[in-house]
Amino acid sequence: MTTQSDTAALADQKRSTGFKARLFSPTTLQKMLAFASLILLLIFFSFASPAFMQMDNILGILQATAVNGVLAIASTFVIITGGIDLSVGTLMTFTAVICGVFLSYWHLPMWMGVLAAIGTGALCGTISGTLTAKMKIPPFIATLGMMLLLKGLSLVVSADKPIYFTDTENFYMISQDSLIGYFLPSVPVPNAVLILFVLAVLSSITLNRTALGRYTFALGSNEEAVRLSGVNVDRWKIAIYGLGGSICGIAGLLIASRLNSAQPALGQGYELEAIAAVVIGGTSLSGGSGTIVGTIIGAFIMSVLTNGLRIMSVAQEWQIVVTGLIIILAVYADILRRKRSR
Amino acid sequence: MLKRRLISAVIGLGALVGATGLTYAEEPYIPIISKGFQHQFWQAVKSGAEQSAKENNVRITFEGPETEAMVDKQIDMLSAALAKKPQALGLAALDSKAAIPLLKRAQASKIPVIAFDSGVDSDIPLTTCTTDNLAAAALAADKMAELIGNSGEVGVIVHDQTSRTGIDRRDGFLNQMKTKHPGIKIVSVQYGAGDHLKSAEIAKAMIQANPNLKGIFGANEGSAEGAAIGVKESGKKLVLIGYDSGKDQKEAIMSGLMAGAITQNPVGIGKCVVDSSVKALKGEKLPKKIDTGFFWYDKTNMNDPKIAAVLYD
Repeated sequence: MTTQSDTAALADQKRSTGFKARLFSPTTLQKMLAFASLILLLIFFSFASPAFMQMDNILGILQATAVNGVLAIASTFVIITGGIDLSVGTLMTFTAVICGVFLSYWHLPMWMGVLAAIGTGALCGTISGTLTAKMKIPPFIATLGMMLLLKGLSLVVSADKPIYFTDTENFYMISQDSLIGYFLPSVPVPNAVLILFVLAVLSSITLNRTALGRYTFALGSNEEAVRLSGVNVDRWKIAIYGLGGSICGIAGLLIASRLNSAQPALGQGYELEAIAAVVIGGTSLSGGSGTIVGTIIGAFIMSVLTNGLRIMSVAQEWQIVVTGLIIILAVYADILRRKRSR
Repeated sequence: MLKRRLISAVIGLGALVGATGLTYAEEPYIPIISKGFQHQFWQAVKSGAEQSAKENNVRITFEGPETEAMVDKQIDMLSAALAKKPQALGLAALDSKAAIPLLKRAQASKIPVIAFDSGVDSDIPLTTCTTDNLAAAALAADKMAELIGNSGEVGVIVHDQTSRTGIDRRDGFLNQMKTKHPGIKIVSVQYGAGDHLKSAEIAKAMIQANPNLKGIFGANEGSAEGAAIGVKESGKKLVLIGYDSGKDQKEAIMSGLMAGAITQNPVGIGKCVVDSSVKALKGEKLPKKIDTGFFWYDKTNMNDPKIAAVLYD
């Protein structure tokens, strides 16, 4: 126990002494770079099409970012530990399906469906964490297995059919209603976006102000050193994957509420979009550094880009090409920045 | 320095795409949101829509998500399309309910909606341009029965479990066999995501597991072409029936590897969407459903001009 708090104190010290350095660290600069790119994209698309900067469209972009943003937050935790979670997309689907089973098959109250989704997410995340931490299966493989396993289970549990939330009248409100709209009727920001931002703030606090957050960074920087200093590395790793899983449960609720149904075949491919958002946001795939703010900006860059190109009626094939180029550009910028700062 | 480089790159890219974006005349604009864009079937729908757009002097765009499971991506596309304030809208909904809130918005802004390929659980679309997939798959079952002599084991490879077309074609085929051809036993129904490679592996496994297998029905382009690859690799001779068109499928039928296939009329579907939109804009009344038809084709009638017109590469 003493060794644990020692390491934590050490980590704290390292972080506080380096505050100025941290301000100009690769991560912070990359974050600013990403933010600048986002602003530029917004300015560019506003000039390119009058339909872009309309309230309807801005709300559309916000809504489109919510699910990917939440999945990207889940991925950020795991990626900072130096791991990867390929199962976030299909786990999201699976939690949505379980929520559907609770609400539409068993007719339980809505709060139980919400708890079921988040609980299922946490459980599956914990399993992924155990596979990597205890059984030493590389995270890429362990979560690839989980990705397929959960995709299959979603289809099995739902009997291949979408589960509609027709019996739970208020379920759609989780994503589609607007709490902000009650106070400011002119900006009816959908609840999904509100949830994304609240979650981002909570995650940022967890990452920067709690022991779990400190170990997330420590595991990514030097897992062996953390282990040698007597910390129960496995336990923390499992906890982090579990936390990521429960966040996927929130994403499951958001997408199910938005579509007012659990779509069992959905989800594969969403993990790569989440990872792209994380990387554009300046989190290193080799672990040890990253921020939630960066990830959120990354998610917005992806959705603004997609929406803007659509609004401009760019041919779909070219939309994909441009998105690919932006990802390469963003990561290359990160590498250049790191090289220079060394 | 780097920031400047990034900025100029972004602006450069923007200029590139911007140049194509700003040259529109004031024609009515009709975005068409499909279920996909990279399959030859959707490309044929697109070409039909483009033909009609040219004839009617309207501007269209055509897009769809990468896989038919991506319901939420399609909703995002719909949302962006509505933000462009179009005069009419074409939609092939992936989920019969999920798009309804946005369709209500379209209705409120008096944008006529034309559904195609599969319908929506709502009376907002003025009409639906579609193939009767149940009847078309039943025709495939009849042809299969005829070709294998009304008895024996048959396998089915379907593209997916959740989409309307997947469900209708599977059920149309299975029900027809059950009610009209009781001598035929369906030994396996498998799903290959419409992916050639996966479907080929499924076909091979089916042949391996069922030595007496007499026939396979592939329920879309990818499933059928994949099944053809699987049958060819296994070296076994059996009756293969496909669905839709495409270069590989046509060649497989020409070479005798595939007995024949059902084709829809995708070019006709595309035309129907734009024609109906234009009619709606003129205030004409439309029937609730427009059946765009389907055909059986094999080696004997492929060059018939009527059939050749609905086939595509």
